[in-house]
Amino acid sequence: MSSHSTTAGQEPVYNYDIVRQFSVMTVIWGIVGMGIGVLIAAQLVWPDLNDIFQPYTHFGRLRPLHTNAVIFAFGGSALFATSYYVVQRTCQTTLFGGWLVPFSFWGWQLVIVLAAITLPLGLTTTKEYAELEWPIDILITLVWIAYAIVFFGTIMKRKTSHIYVANWFFGGFILTVAILHVVNSAAIPISLTKSYSAYAGAADAMVQWWYGHNAVGFFLTAGFLGMMYYFVPKQAGRPVYSYQLSIVHFWALISLYIWAGPHHLHYSALPDWAQSLGMVMSLILLAPSWGGMINGIMTLSGAWHKLRTDPTLRFLVVSLSFYGMSTFEGPMMAIKTVNALSHNTDWTIGHVHSGALGWVAMISIGAIYHLIPVLYHRKEMWSVNLINSHFWLATAGTVLYIASMWVNGITQGLMRRAFNQDGSLTYTFIDSVEASYGGYIVRALGGALFLLGMLFMAYNVYRTIREPGEEEIPSPAANNAQVA
Amino acid sequence: MSTFWSLWIIILTSVNLILLLWVLLANRKVAVRDDADPENRTTGHVYDGIQEYDNPLPKWWFYMFLLTFVFSVLYLIVYPGMGNWKGFFPFEGYDGSWTSAKQLEREQSLALDQYKSSYGVYSAMSVKELADEPRAMKMAQRIFGNNCAVCHGADGGGALGFPNLTDKDWLYGGSPEQIKETLVKGRQAAMPAWQGVIGEKGIAEVTEYILSLSGREHDATKVEAGKTIFAQSCTACHGADGKGTYAVGAPNLTDDIWLYDGSPAGIRQSLRLGREGQMPAQEQLLRDDKIHLLTAYIYSLSLED
Repeated sequence: MSSHSTTAGQEPVYNYDIVRQFSVMTVIWGIVGMGIGVLIAAQLVWPDLNDIFQPYTHFGRLRPLHTNAVIFAFGGSALFATSYYVVQRTCQTTLFGGWLVPFSFWGWQLVIVLAAITLPLGLTTTKEYAELEWPIDILITLVWIAYAIVFFGTIMKRKTSHIYVANWFFGGFILTVAILHVVNSAAIPISLTKSYSAYAGAADAMVQWWYGHNAVGFFLTAGFLGMMYYFVPKQAGRPVYSYQLSIVHFWALISLYIWAGPHHLHYSALPDWAQSLGMVMSLILLAPSWGGMINGIMTLSGAWHKLRTDPTLRFLVVSLSFYGMSTFEGPMMAIKTVNALSHNTDWTIGHVHSGALGWVAMISIGAIYHLIPVLYHRKEMWSVNLINSHFWLATAGTVLYIASMWVNGITQGLMRRAFNQDGSLTYTFIDSVEASYGGYIVRALGGALFLLGMLFMAYNVYRTIREPGEEEIPSPAANNAQVA
Repeated sequence: MSTFWSLWIIILTSVNLILLLWVLLANRKVAVRDDADPENRTTGHVYDGIQEYDNPLPKWWFYMFLLTFVFSVLYLIVYPGMGNWKGFFPFEGYDGSWTSAKQLEREQSLALDQYKSSYGVYSAMSVKELADEPRAMKMAQRIFGNNCAVCHGADGGGALGFPNLTDKDWLYGGSPEQIKETLVKGRQAAMPAWQGVIGEKGIAEVTEYILSLSGREHDATKVEAGKTIFAQSCTACHGADGKGTYAVGAPNLTDDIWLYDGSPAGIRQSLRLGREGQMPAQEQLLRDDKIHLLTAYIYSLSLED
């Protein structure tokens, strides 16, 4: 197979090598990251599992490895793969940047491998979702600059007159993540493996959560909305529902998310004015978030019947439902009185996973199922039934996960604020942990189902790539009936 | 904050919200008009085969968006948020403006009013009386569970480096007055490191002597030498008989109860590098009436057999 896919006629030469590399790594890192997630969920059920190989397998060391692996390795690879694919196809031109393109792949993989080594060793900045130490942070910055040059360079040399909405979101995500990463990771190194944050006290906490919440807002939302805007209309074969809506919700989303960080620091040493602003901006964020969901789901008008036969489309649409649900839950949890109940409970973990499993993972999985046959010139995935099984495992897993964490979170919140007649607390902390045990079992089960689905996916992808058979299609253009 | 930063916050916030409102209102009307084909509602852009409709914003969504704006503006009038604007909070007990500190004080004073009566009765009783009062001890147990159990264990049984409170062995004394003093002011214990003074040989000898004090198995040949070193270096705190001194929290070495590792190797380690013990002062953390109840509870623990 030639390294670059070519077609006769107008369709330009696209660089699919990089998309293939990132697509395959999305599946592999997904299994690794979710596997660690299932392990640490099991550790909360059977604490002895901490002792597999102490201290490297301790929950405290594996938990940041889990978050880094699923967000940056799995989610990141999915974003690289889809943005490189979408920007080429919607700009009708190949990637800009020469060697920067493979550098972005190998550099990113190196970052992930270094994370997998340093975090179990206990080397950490202790900043959530930014635990990696300063030399790795510098490498991330270099990779990200390369990514930005490639992406925006490709936009600059586009053959289309306008920039497609998916690229607005990818562009917003790339630009903002660069700023967030550099500002939040500013630190004073004292050795190769240890540094101290450039900020102190409440300011440090504010910078951390300005970063932390926008890692969610830009890395895990804006980027994946970019993915949604290409793969949903493409898979459904329908026009995007509303151009107006995409303009309004794009600008609202990217300008509001930046303000929302303080809701992680309600009732803390953060000044009251910052808490108030964080809360109201989070509330206004509800409508712009739902704008993306509406635009995705309504795109299916006239194509609903396709959901019956196309499990890939089902992944995409159900991911939008979970997106709508978790972006309703988020603004509600940002309200101070609700936060007083939900903060520091499993409710937060559940909320994150309704976004992470339901939205981020499901839309990525749908996009990869769309991509693999195109990238390897197949008519479709090796087994559509297997995609269907994966879909049900993923959905059941997500529902079990978030439902158990709602129950746990609200139980914990209520137990910790219960008072006796004499004003003393009714329960000790450990009582609330004991009450959570059943939920931990259900959560581990839900996570295991989701992981099992990913293994189905890996096998399906492997067979699709390995077995050309009679299904091989020589030209990628034939995959896209919509291409004029 | 300074006027500059206050204005900075107000202007940034307002400009962001006003621009958003403008984007929302400006895109309310459908822009696409195709006179030749009135049914055509696509924008005319095609990207890799993807077209875009120009459907209007859903009405319910538009109004929901506006509603969150209205709520937020009202919220920022009522609560602090816009720079130095303190908010207008016309409710009882807040002097016209809300702060989280005021809310905390208010909730604490309301709680105090509500619960004072249940503590008031007990504050007047002596520690020894309280220790026999089941209701009071039940309250105290809950306070212990949420404040003390993290170090001393839910049952007060202690852990390595944290004293067992259920036995009759005390570091600083077990009278009600002494227990209360420990709770209110905290305690700071320091066993010095001896490795540089008496050497490894001396450490081994003193260890054997200490083992002999509580009648445990020991190397009799080293006891005499150990006793000499003990008399020179250890008696100032642990007493000539090794029974300890409450004033400095020096443990009794004759009762075979060990705060740290009591094995021969563990005793040598304590001698070699010393130990630091800290009980945090509770006077800033817990009210007097709660400390009084806790005193009685801890006192009662040592009464049980």
